[in-house]
Formats: sequence, C-alpha cells, structure tokens
Amino acid sequence: MSTRLFDLAKTIRSKNAGVDRITFDVIFADRAGYERVCRSGALSREAVCRIFGIAPDRITDHVHFDPALAIKFTLRRAAPSGSPGDGDIFGAQQYGPLLDLEVPQ
Amino acid sequence: MPVAIQHQRSANRTLRIVCPNGHLGFAPIKTGSFEIGLGCEPDLLCADSGSCDIGPGPLGADISGSPLAWQTHDLEQMLLGARRLGVPMIIGSAGDTGTNSRVDLYVRIIQDLARKHALPQFRVGWFHSEVPKSLLTQRLADGETIEGLDDRPPLDAATLDATDRIVAVAGVHPYMALLEDGAEVIIGGRSSDCAIFAAPAIRAGFPEALAYYYGKVLECASFCAEPYAGKESVLGEITAEDVKVTALLPAQRCTIASVAGHAMYERANPFYEHFLGGRLDMSRCVYEQYDERTCRITGPTFEPAGELRVKLEGAGKIGERFVGLVGVRDPYTIANVDGVIGWARTQVRERFGETGYELHYTVYGRDGVMGEREPLRHRPGHELCIMVQGIAPTRETAEEVCMTGLRQMFYARLPEVKGTAGGVAFALDEVLPASPAYRWTLNHTMRVEDPIALFPTGLVEAGI
Repeated sequence: MSTRLFDLAKTIRSKNAGVDRITFDVIFADRAGYERVCRSGALSREAVCRIFGIAPDRITDHVHFDPALAIKFTLRRAAPSGSPGDGDIFGAQQYGPLLDLEVPQ
Repeated sequence: MPVAIQHQRSANRTLRIVCPNGHLGFAPIKTGSFEIGLGCEPDLLCADSGSCDIGPGPLGADISGSPLAWQTHDLEQMLLGARRLGVPMIIGSAGDTGTNSRVDLYVRIIQDLARKHALPQFRVGWFHSEVPKSLLTQRLADGETIEGLDDRPPLDAATLDATDRIVAVAGVHPYMALLEDGAEVIIGGRSSDCAIFAAPAIRAGFPEALAYYYGKVLECASFCAEPYAGKESVLGEITAEDVKVTALLPAQRCTIASVAGHAMYERANPFYEHFLGGRLDMSRCVYEQYDERTCRITGPTFEPAGELRVKLEGAGKIGERFVGLVGVRDPYTIANVDGVIGWARTQVRERFGETGYELHYTVYGRDGVMGEREPLRHRPGHELCIMVQGIAPTRETAEEVCMTGLRQMFYARLPEVKGTAGGVAFALDEVLPASPAYRWTLNHTMRVEDPIALFPTGLVEAGI
C-alpha cells in the first residue's frame, strides 16, 4: 500500500538558496514518516531526477537532516534567479510535483 | 520547566536581542508581538533589511524593492522602541540591496524620524558596501582570481564589464567598529544576515560559535517559530553556554522542530553558514525544548577562515523591457502552442534579426512556473495565459519586439485550425512598460587582507 507524500510530511517547500540554486525541504512531524520516506527511496537522488526531468549533476546537495526530521535537496538553476524568462524569482513554487508523490510502504 | 525567558533572564550574564522582521521594509512589522518584545528587557533591537530574493533589478538600478512608507514604518517602530529603552538598534543590508544610496536613505529616515518625534540627540553609525568596478578591474589586472560561487567560473573582464553595480557582503567587523565608536543606531550596507546579531554578542565577549549561531537563528524573526507566521517578533538570549530563542506572538512557539527546520531555510546545506571571517558548523547542534515557547541550542562550532574572502554580489542591465499577455482557449491551438510561439518568433526574427534583443514566452497553464522541470507540461489546462517579454537596448525597440512577439500569435498559421479569425485572445491589446531586465552577474568571492577595508564607516548625529 502506498501513501502520498502530502499525507506524510508536515512541510513541503522550495526556496532560493542564493541566486543560482533552489532548495527543497520536506519536513516530517514524526520519525516514523521520516524514516519511511528515507527508506523507500521516494525522494532519493534518482527519484528527484525522475520527478523533475533533470540530469544528476543538477543536484548539488542531498541530505537527510535528522534533527529536523527532514529530507533536503538543492538544484542548480538553469539561469540565475530573476533573469528574463524566470517564472519564479523566489523559487517558492517549485515543490508542486512532490505533493502527490507515492511513497511505498 | 524553568521560568519562561520571556519573563526572566536565564543566567546572570546574557545578551538579549529582539528581532521584529526578517526583511525589514518588505512587509510591515506586526506591532503586537514587537511590543511584547519591548517588555522583555532586550539589550538590542536588530533586523536585516536585505535579500537577493527580489532579483537583480533593484541592485542593478540602485532602487529599493520595498515601498518607502513600509521602510519608514518599520524604522519608526524600532527607533522609538530603542530610544525609549535606551538600547542600540542595528539594521543590516539597508533598503533590500545595501547599496550606498540605500544606506544614506535609511540614515536620512532615522534623522527625519528623530526630528519628528523630538528625540534627544543620539549617534547614528553607518557603513557603505559598494565596490567600484575599477577596484575589481585592477585586481584582475594584478592576476588575482575572483572565484565564482555555486559552480560559477572565476570572474572575467567581460562579465565585469556587463555589471552595473557591485556590493561586498560585510561580516561582523564594521558593526563592531561602530559599536566601539558609540553608535546607538547602526545602518549597515550589505552584510551577512548573521553578522548583524553576532557583532554585538562577540563584542560583549560571548563565544564566536554561539554568537554566529545566535545571528543565524534570529535573522528571519518568526520564521524560526511555528505555526507559520511572518513579520512577528522573536526574542533571543545568548549566554556563555547556549542560545535560546522564544516566540513572542502568543500563537507561536519556538520548538525543536521549528528551530532545527529553520537551520535549513534558504540554504543549500543545513550544516554550514559561510561569512567573511569563517564558517559556522551546525552539524553537531543540540536542540532542546527549554520552556513552552523557547528552544535552547548548544553545540555549534566556528572555524575561522585561513584566508579572508569577501562575497561579491553584482547585477548588470540586459535592456529595456515591455510585457504583453494573451489567452488561448482553442484546444487545437493549446496542443500546438509551441507552433504559435514559433510563428511569432519567426516574425520577430524577420524584422529584428537573430541578435540584439531577447524575446521570452512564459506559458501559464502548461509550465509557466516550473519551465523545464514541469513533469505535467504534456497535460496543459483547458485555457492558457502566455506572457511575452521583449527586451532590447532602447524602449522603442523593446516595445516593438514585444508587440511583434505578442500580436503575431494572433496571426499564427496552424494548418488545421478551425478558428480563422484570430489565434489568441487579448484582454489588453497593448504591451506594457516593465522594469528594465537585469541579471545577477556576480556571485563570487575575493581575497581581502583587512575585513573592514571595503566597508568605510561614519557617524552622524540625530535628534535634538
């Protein structure tokens, strides 16, 4: 049985990390949910590449941050934030595809 | 549980700071929790006023991203509180960008407010952060490498040439110098967020590791508390052993989860914070719930830099810009919207050639927000909005590029379209002048001998 990430995580967000990168935080309310997602690989480097259709070298950081029960990864932007054509200067609306992510049991 | 720090200091020797806003001026301070903070015996009131998040335009054009009325509102709240309590007030990265003109603007606002409220005389310290291009040209000529951050290549002459304005990001040093000089209000140029709070703590003799962590946790005000609420005040307390942070809005708490979670906010890596002078390592931080609304943090470490490197931020103008919008409802046209855009691009190319302008299409309803990262771009909505941006050296050309790129979508020749009276819908049959287009040209670091050399300081009087 699988569950949506939306139902397991407390916070799912994205935001600029400097002008050249966007960072994603998925924060869990309880250790069980955090460990389940870590274990499942639903947010592994490979999964992130698949979800966003990007090459592995676009991921600059990918960590499991135990004190905050969080999975955090960071992507290199194609062009710096606010360059003409950038649709999200703050990088704040890039997490949408994560909400419906299926997390296997 | 111990007595809440909101009511009582947790040790004999402490330094308490109230931070009312994580980006002063960007949205007004909520005054209720700030008033509560003023009742908590703060030793200083500090806030950061800058951010790169607003894009390269304000730095390039040397303007604020925030309205003067909101900047004045927030400075007035803080100034009246600080003078009433007789404690210093520190603002960093004045006016969003921390350019010289923004520092001078904030100093003027402080002087005007002091006059308006007939405040007894006090000293205002300031420092500038702008770096002249000529200095970097000289460094490059001297063979110095100005390293790129975040995978950028080292700075070259062409990139420097395409840059309009540069700020260096200060550490604690100019703040400490101004406190030493007796400044009671400090208006800082561009600086590391954490330096604004760390400077008074280091000067008061608290350990550097805790002082920098203190700055890191306080700089976004209520973003380190839960539930989510912006522009509310938080109270910080540093001792020789720990840092404590407490939420001042009655509905908020600083919890282990909220404070540890904040350590990750807006940063590629949750463990390290880099600034002029060294690096804060948060990987061994221990978080404890101290009282109901307060989180206690121990264990950060500080690694002094072997070589002093200052971060440089620079923005360069690309051109003047016009913007237009169209809608699309025909399902066939939606399915072939790239063909519509392609037709319009071809018309622009025929008129203006291949280079010397930029033309951008953002297709809302398909991938306007996420662009290439959008996994659902093959499933567009039943209607689309397309934003067209035309950018060129002059306003006249930018307007015509944009108008051509917009209006030619109306005439796009799709082979099987049934609607032959116009391919797109106009809510406004016009293009609108937008702010000029800029880009971040510098995100680099440069070696310096003296951490204060790029940041000239000064003192002026305010009040009567």
